[in-house]
Amino acid sequence: MTTTEHMSNEETSSPGTGDVVLEVRDLSVTFPSDDGPLPAVREVSYVLRRGEALGIVGESGSGKSVTSMAIMGLLPKNARVEGSAKVLGQEVVGLDDAEISKVRGNRIAMIFQDPLTSLNPVYTVGYQIAEAVLAHHKVGKKAAMARALELLELVDIPNPAQRLKQYPHELSGGMRQRVVIAIAMANEPDVIIADEPTTALDVTVQAQVLEALESARKETGAALVLITHDLGVVAGHVDRVGVMYGGRLVETGPVEEVFYRPRMPYALGLLGSLPRLDEDRNERLTPILGTPPSLLTLPGGCAFAPRCPMARDLCHEQEPSLLATAENGERVRVPVEDTGAHTAACHFSEELEGAQPTDLFRGTAVGAETTDTGGTADTGGTAESVAESEERAEQAERALARADGSGDTADGSGREAILTVRDLVKHFPIRSKGLLKRRIGEVQAVSGISLDLYEHETLALVGESGCGKSTTARLMLQLIRQTSGEVEYRGQPLHSMSQRQLRPLRRDLQLVFQDPFASLDPRMTVSDIVAEPLRIHGRRNGEAKKRVRELLELVGLNVEHGSRYPHEFSGGQRQRIGVARALALNPKVLILDEPVSALDVSIQAGVINLLEDLQDDLGLSYLFVSHDLSVVKHIADRVAVMYLGKIVETGTTEELFRAPAHPYTQALISAIPLPDPVKERTRERIVVTGDVPSPADPPSGCRFRTRCPKFADELSESERVKCVEEPPELVDRGTGHPDACHYSRAVELI
Amino acid sequence: MSEKKAPVAPRSADAESVGGAERTQFQMIVSRFLRHRAAMISLAVLVVIVLFTFVGPLLWRWDHTVHLEVPPSVPPNPDHPLGTTTAGHDVLGQLMRGTQQTLKVAFTVSVLGTVIGSLWGATAGYYGGRVDGLMMRVVDVFLIVPLLVMVAAIAGNVRGGTTWYAVALIISFFAWAQIARVVRGVVLSLREQEYVEAARASGASPGWIIVRHLLPNAAGPIIVAATLLIAVAILLEAGMSFLQFGIQPPDISLGQMISDARTAVSTRPWLFYPPGLMLLAICLTINFIGDGLRDALDPRQSMVRR
Amino acid sequence: MLVYTVRRVLGTIPILILASVLTFVLIDVSGDPLTQLRMQQPPPDPSVIELQEERLYLDRSMPERYWLWVTGIGGHGDIGLLQGEFGPSTQSNSYDIGAQLAERLGVTLRLVGAAMLLALGLAILAGVVSAMRQYSKIDYTLTFIGFLALSMPVFWFGGIMQHAGVSFNDLVGEQVFATIGDGLYQAQGEDLWGRITNALAYMTLPTIVLMLTSFASWSRYQRTAMLEVLNSDYVRLAKAKGLPNRVVVRRHALRTALIPLTTVVAVGIAGVIDGTVLTEQVFQWRGLGEFFVNAIETNDSYALMAWLLLSGVTVILANLVADLLYGVLDPRIRYE
Repeated sequence: MTTTEHMSNEETSSPGTGDVVLEVRDLSVTFPSDDGPLPAVREVSYVLRRGEALGIVGESGSGKSVTSMAIMGLLPKNARVEGSAKVLGQEVVGLDDAEISKVRGNRIAMIFQDPLTSLNPVYTVGYQIAEAVLAHHKVGKKAAMARALELLELVDIPNPAQRLKQYPHELSGGMRQRVVIAIAMANEPDVIIADEPTTALDVTVQAQVLEALESARKETGAALVLITHDLGVVAGHVDRVGVMYGGRLVETGPVEEVFYRPRMPYALGLLGSLPRLDEDRNERLTPILGTPPSLLTLPGGCAFAPRCPMARDLCHEQEPSLLATAENGERVRVPVEDTGAHTAACHFSEELEGAQPTDLFRGTAVGAETTDTGGTADTGGTAESVAESEERAEQAERALARADGSGDTADGSGREAILTVRDLVKHFPIRSKGLLKRRIGEVQAVSGISLDLYEHETLALVGESGCGKSTTARLMLQLIRQTSGEVEYRGQPLHSMSQRQLRPLRRDLQLVFQDPFASLDPRMTVSDIVAEPLRIHGRRNGEAKKRVRELLELVGLNVEHGSRYPHEFSGGQRQRIGVARALALNPKVLILDEPVSALDVSIQAGVINLLEDLQDDLGLSYLFVSHDLSVVKHIADRVAVMYLGKIVETGTTEELFRAPAHPYTQALISAIPLPDPVKERTRERIVVTGDVPSPADPPSGCRFRTRCPKFADELSESERVKCVEEPPELVDRGTGHPDACHYSRAVELI
Repeated sequence: MSEKKAPVAPRSADAESVGGAERTQFQMIVSRFLRHRAAMISLAVLVVIVLFTFVGPLLWRWDHTVHLEVPPSVPPNPDHPLGTTTAGHDVLGQLMRGTQQTLKVAFTVSVLGTVIGSLWGATAGYYGGRVDGLMMRVVDVFLIVPLLVMVAAIAGNVRGGTTWYAVALIISFFAWAQIARVVRGVVLSLREQEYVEAARASGASPGWIIVRHLLPNAAGPIIVAATLLIAVAILLEAGMSFLQFGIQPPDISLGQMISDARTAVSTRPWLFYPPGLMLLAICLTINFIGDGLRDALDPRQSMVRR
Repeated sequence: MLVYTVRRVLGTIPILILASVLTFVLIDVSGDPLTQLRMQQPPPDPSVIELQEERLYLDRSMPERYWLWVTGIGGHGDIGLLQGEFGPSTQSNSYDIGAQLAERLGVTLRLVGAAMLLALGLAILAGVVSAMRQYSKIDYTLTFIGFLALSMPVFWFGGIMQHAGVSFNDLVGEQVFATIGDGLYQAQGEDLWGRITNALAYMTLPTIVLMLTSFASWSRYQRTAMLEVLNSDYVRLAKAKGLPNRVVVRRHALRTALIPLTTVVAVGIAGVIDGTVLTEQVFQWRGLGEFFVNAIETNDSYALMAWLLLSGVTVILANLVADLLYGVLDPRIRYE
């Protein structure tokens, strides 16, 4: 499909308005707020041709969703929308309800982010799809239901006839999103806007849903606007990309152009700050400094200038417009209809010719840090080079040590494990709702897990939601008690200790949370938050104060910020506060529960770098819990993959990603979208079907067999019996590392 | 690629600017409350009413009892701005005393009900599970009880007359359930907050968590509920007195004044309207203040946009 | 659904038992039915008191009395809920609590039914209008009316309405509104039209008074629920399908926003019962409210218990019905 659509791009690049299905011109959206007007979208223009797929990429608050809501006329009444949006030549901005209702769902349809809340809980799935048909076609109820059935088949829902009569709560998230796609497809619209359609889903389900979207689109020939923050998703599924920042489009062009030859420092920076599955682990990430601008106080010139390493006076004074660079290096305006053009809103975009993210953001990073932290950076300038060379030497040593270490851990001898887990089991009771709260079943969250965490290493625990990884993390800290099994810290049996006995040991074992908004008490100042563990362990006030200053400095925060409250900080800064709190008692082990998954990409990189540095400086051991294999590949020394409460494969990061042996690991790696258009479209994939079964009633034998592609396609009837009857052990089956599959075979995927 | 370089001291990788106003939370709450115009006006009116009832009797020559010098059944005049009753009470004196009694009852109920309700709700929410189930079932029973009927039945059944504190006690006994429900809900959700888990991971005791985290964060909803409970208590007390089961003569309360003046709406309106308007004014101001507090203390509003 | 229904119905049994215990203990402990007799001057003969004590079963211990009150086993045949007897009255030997309750129930139900239906209808309307026109003049007006109604002492408002009715009658020179009594006696022997005009004359004012508080709290609730649903993702999706606004509001927003209202109304019954007592007192209806006030004034413990139990059962049944209705309306509950 890549080639054909790319060809159609070339053909249509000569302006001809006949096949334009969506034309947006100078669209601006302003919301009134207590602190003045909030310009969420500013002068966005683009066209979309028949059958084309356009990706809109941006971080939270960039205005990418608001733009599409404005086109659909779904913004709240107090929003002021200016400019024009034409669907098939018909203006839709400012239409009254009756008029826009004829366009919505008929010519242009939309898919929303959260499938769990997108469907009305009190109507059946069939009714809600048929309703979409009936809204635009005068057909009977029966005919509409028949069409609904057809649509469910189109989006690949198993047992469609039965699903029609079910209510949304009886369907999994992935299924529900397919239903939403079916609703969008109901009237064969010309344009579909998908607003973060897979963000709320697990990666393996994301792959399925994107496939369903793709096939449905092929069927109806609809053009697609795919809004997402995930560069990988964009790379694989669209022809053209628009990058949004601070409410504006700052770069547009064919997807290969933007990904391989970005012309706007922001796009370049985004690519550089992304941990990648297809790159080596010791490549340090290059974060973009600062945070996305507040729309209330947009800077005068280029919105990105305050974070841009190549910003000059001009950038702070004059906002650049979206221009293309001509053959002769001149910056020229191109008509919006010229969809083949590569445009960027940067005064100096020609300087980015052939630039790598590291070139631009690495050098300036140090400079900016120097100016930012003031006193602490007195060592800058000349001293820096010395520090740097020392750093290098140290680095090499560490790399060596790490290589040794991983060699040792592979065969389980040598270094001593600091934290060990043996046959850990945790069942949560399911209780009835009545007065008696009878036990009516149990969720087998963790079913027999053994792990070793060695000193100064990062062990990643990976899996999709509900696999028990967070429960395992909390069991290791004894924040919840196990049903059975053992947890030992340096030979001391944590599992049999009382809370009182555990107290002194808690100093050594600390936790960093996923959600930087929920993990800090909103009623305490930053200093109090960071000092809390010290106070709990009875440190004197003066001592605690001194330590807090140290800690804030350590995680890269301004010491003066200690008297402020959490809500005054951005997500990345809050996460740093959380890290500082965890470090307060000089722990030996940090358990990191999805520490970066709630953060924007450009912020995420900074926190990852911080964690890596802290580990090196303080000699910490990390248990890194995550669903994101790209981040894991970047940060971890060893990886354990979990599925439904069990570890299915474990090994060094290198082994596991080079030669994954368990079908689930393979599927997981396949499902991670690569932020590289060519690689993403040509890579080999191992796809799983369906959703994760309920942990209250896991399948017999191998728990993965119900979704296993090997079980479904490769194995013979007699071979399958073993999968059904015998739970596979976690042992090395000749691939060099342990896996839990009776028929495992290493496959190279990246 | 040995690019992995870690500058030792300056590690502020993202020099994220601290956004938002540099105000403390308390200041923000106050400023949000000040912006709620209805609540501000109400607060002013309520202050005037409180002064009128507690300071007024010290300045006014007539109290709420019968005086021989007070001419019976006189319409409002300079000597008796609100007129007099047939028995020879000065209505202004009665109004001050009645309002005073009403407010004393209402504030006592609010304090007692909030204390009982908070303790009950916090215990249920903190322990959860079966304890929670049983405790909340009791709350359910209290919630569906017709309050006025219940307090009237008890107060009317009790031997001898009832004083204002007896009335307050009886109302408190039945009116704490709403508070318990609010507090339990808040504590239940706070208990699951990650910052509470972080404290536990550092080895904090349950007492530490309750004092340092749960109470400060539950304070907002508790204050709002306690405020609204005042209005509920006022109407309950007035209803009881109207049915003659509340504060007994010779003491006076607003409900009793209305009850006495019931048949005289057209003939002696000065007896009927003042106590009713006073009740209405107090309840209305308290409801608006509660609304303003809710706006100011609502945790969802204290979160900045992500 | 059947399992759900059976479970809910069985679930009310312990609550009913609890309610009966609570009612009994509270009334029994808080007062003495013979207060007035004992206070009489000159003091009555001890044998008179003894006789009354025996008649009212005061010579037995409290647990015994409770058992007797519920089952009637070992009594004089005038007690025992399970036998349909509510116990002896202090008011007179012939005062039959059960018969009195039955007679007055009809009177009160008429008022309560009319007020609740009216309150519900108006509350939904006001809530929807308020939510649809959030922050408009009409929203602010309705909000203020809501606050006003919530702060209004029912009996005072009743007095005003009564006065207004009288003034109106004087103005038109005709008896349009009846302001005293329930009008049942006057309706006897009338034809259908006569009954209707009679009911309108007698019921209009008390109904308005009684519905006020319920209307206020329900309309506030409905507004909040409506706003929440209007901002929900599924309403957005319904609009994105191309459904016109009024269809979205009716089919998706209102339909789901009404579900939680069932519970709110059921819990609100308690408030209606309170209001009924006050309203009947103001308009001098011979309904359950008057029965209740009489019972307290005469220290009639068994009458009071019967009344409280009746209102308790009403509230519990209302909540049961709401629960079942919830199950019908919300498929998520149904299959739990």
